[in-house]
Amino acid sequence: MESVLGRYRNLIVLVGVLFAQVLGLAVQVKRTTDIESTRLIRVWAVGAVAPFEKMLLWVQTTTGGVWHNYFYLRGVRAENRALKQEIERMRLEQVRVTQDADQARRLQSLLAFKEQFISQTVAAQVIGSSGSEQSRAVYIDKGESAGIKPDMAVITADGIVGKVLHVYGSSSLVLLINDQTSGVGAILEKSRLQGILRGTPSGEIALEKVMSDEAVPIGEVVLTSGGDRIFPKGLPVGQVTKVSPGADLFLNIRVKPAISLSRLEEVLVVTKIDERQAEPDLSGTTRAADILAERLPTVPPKPENASGGATVSVPGTPTNGPHAKPPADAKPKVSAPASTANAAAPVVRKAVTPGPSSASDVSKAAPSGGVKTSPKPPKPVAEPEAQPAAQDAPQ
Amino acid sequence: MAITYTSGDQVEVYRFSIPATILIPLTAIFLQAWLPLKLHFFSVFDLPLLVTIGFATARRSQLAGLFTGGFIGLLQDALTHQPIGLYGISKTVVGFGASSLGIKLDVENAGARFLLTIAFYVIHEIVYFMIGRGLVGLHMEWSWSRELLSGLANAFLGVFLYALMDRVKQRN
Repeated sequence: MESVLGRYRNLIVLVGVLFAQVLGLAVQVKRTTDIESTRLIRVWAVGAVAPFEKMLLWVQTTTGGVWHNYFYLRGVRAENRALKQEIERMRLEQVRVTQDADQARRLQSLLAFKEQFISQTVAAQVIGSSGSEQSRAVYIDKGESAGIKPDMAVITADGIVGKVLHVYGSSSLVLLINDQTSGVGAILEKSRLQGILRGTPSGEIALEKVMSDEAVPIGEVVLTSGGDRIFPKGLPVGQVTKVSPGADLFLNIRVKPAISLSRLEEVLVVTKIDERQAEPDLSGTTRAADILAERLPTVPPKPENASGGATVSVPGTPTNGPHAKPPADAKPKVSAPASTANAAAPVVRKAVTPGPSSASDVSKAAPSGGVKTSPKPPKPVAEPEAQPAAQDAPQ
Repeated sequence: MAITYTSGDQVEVYRFSIPATILIPLTAIFLQAWLPLKLHFFSVFDLPLLVTIGFATARRSQLAGLFTGGFIGLLQDALTHQPIGLYGISKTVVGFGASSLGIKLDVENAGARFLLTIAFYVIHEIVYFMIGRGLVGLHMEWSWSRELLSGLANAFLGVFLYALMDRVKQRN
């Protein structure tokens, strides 16, 4: 007997080791929600690898910073100019969007609609991956100490990334949306069809549970539906790239993610989502005319001894100038001759009119935030003059 | 290429220092987790598997092979979100098999190592696939062409890696 054991000792040890591992695996599979049984091993493994990853990231960031901050400054001025123009354009766009949002809020408040707002995020850097194609997950450099908790949404400015799965002291494991065990509630932007996003074994994303009798066009944008209680509603997910009939009366829809999940560097972890009823913003909105007025030369100050006229102020311009505080008895006076100003000068004349009446006038002239003008010029004299300025503005 | 059958007494047995025994697997696992972020194609490679084969064939001890494979596999498992044991079992089998073959065959030359790596890569994937699908219930797809191509890529890298490991191994 002893000789048999001695002869097959290595084989017996192999069988014993394999049996122990299979047993451990079976226990974990049975208790799918319980990760505590293997937490210690995971903490050790992450603790052994994460410091090296962070160190490498630090070296990379430092050397990259030196390069970008001191050597790679060619074209920065031109880029700066372009960015400033982009900001101007986006501010005008923002006005339009804000007004649309206000309108939406007013309607939502009428319906007692509850919205979800991302009110707090933590920026994190991706430091490593799981190292396995069967586990599409990445590690980020923020953990329990930064307030990260399991099931928090992880996003970027362009789209969703995944959710926090395991949290360690100073790092966390984020399950990507293209992993086959992930699931995200999704909705198609135009057709409003809802489905579930799942990863495939090959790392693609599929939209499931959309009935085969529905028409889903290629290129339609996919957004989060908020139904999973992890991702707030309306975040971009990707675009439909392929639609084919699938099994069980459902369509087989492939989605190209809005972000490259294999080239992640920085992400945002949504640490707080507020759910509140929409309330219309009654504080007054910024008008496109105000934005445009900021770009124009200010109106020359009125001499102090002038009587019977008011000092004109341009909304949006600094208020510490000599014309910042009009006299109480002042009447609005328009004093910007078109010949001295550029093509947008009429807007100054429009914008200088203080009080609510001017706001209503401008909103008439530019129903969508003042950027677009009405095809039929309204009655007020200044209205048609707003048009060239508004058209010039985005350029 | 010469794959020769040798008796256990004829083959040379090597050992590795303790720092090398600890640092090489750790470095392999670290690179496996970090490099795919920078070089996406690197996810094709399985550095921990190559290190397992490298250790097993050099030491030529079945027990050392299976324990080294098991340890590296479990560490690799711990970085994923899957249950721990998938890589553990696969690499235990590979470690045992590679060391058993190392006793019988001369695997010191590059050609033998190349073929050995392809074979054990495919065995590793088969074991992983069977356990993943049969026990854990993962939805996995099997493609012979993909596995063979990945095996080839790993074999190329393995030949260079084993040459590097040869520099730190010591004659027993």
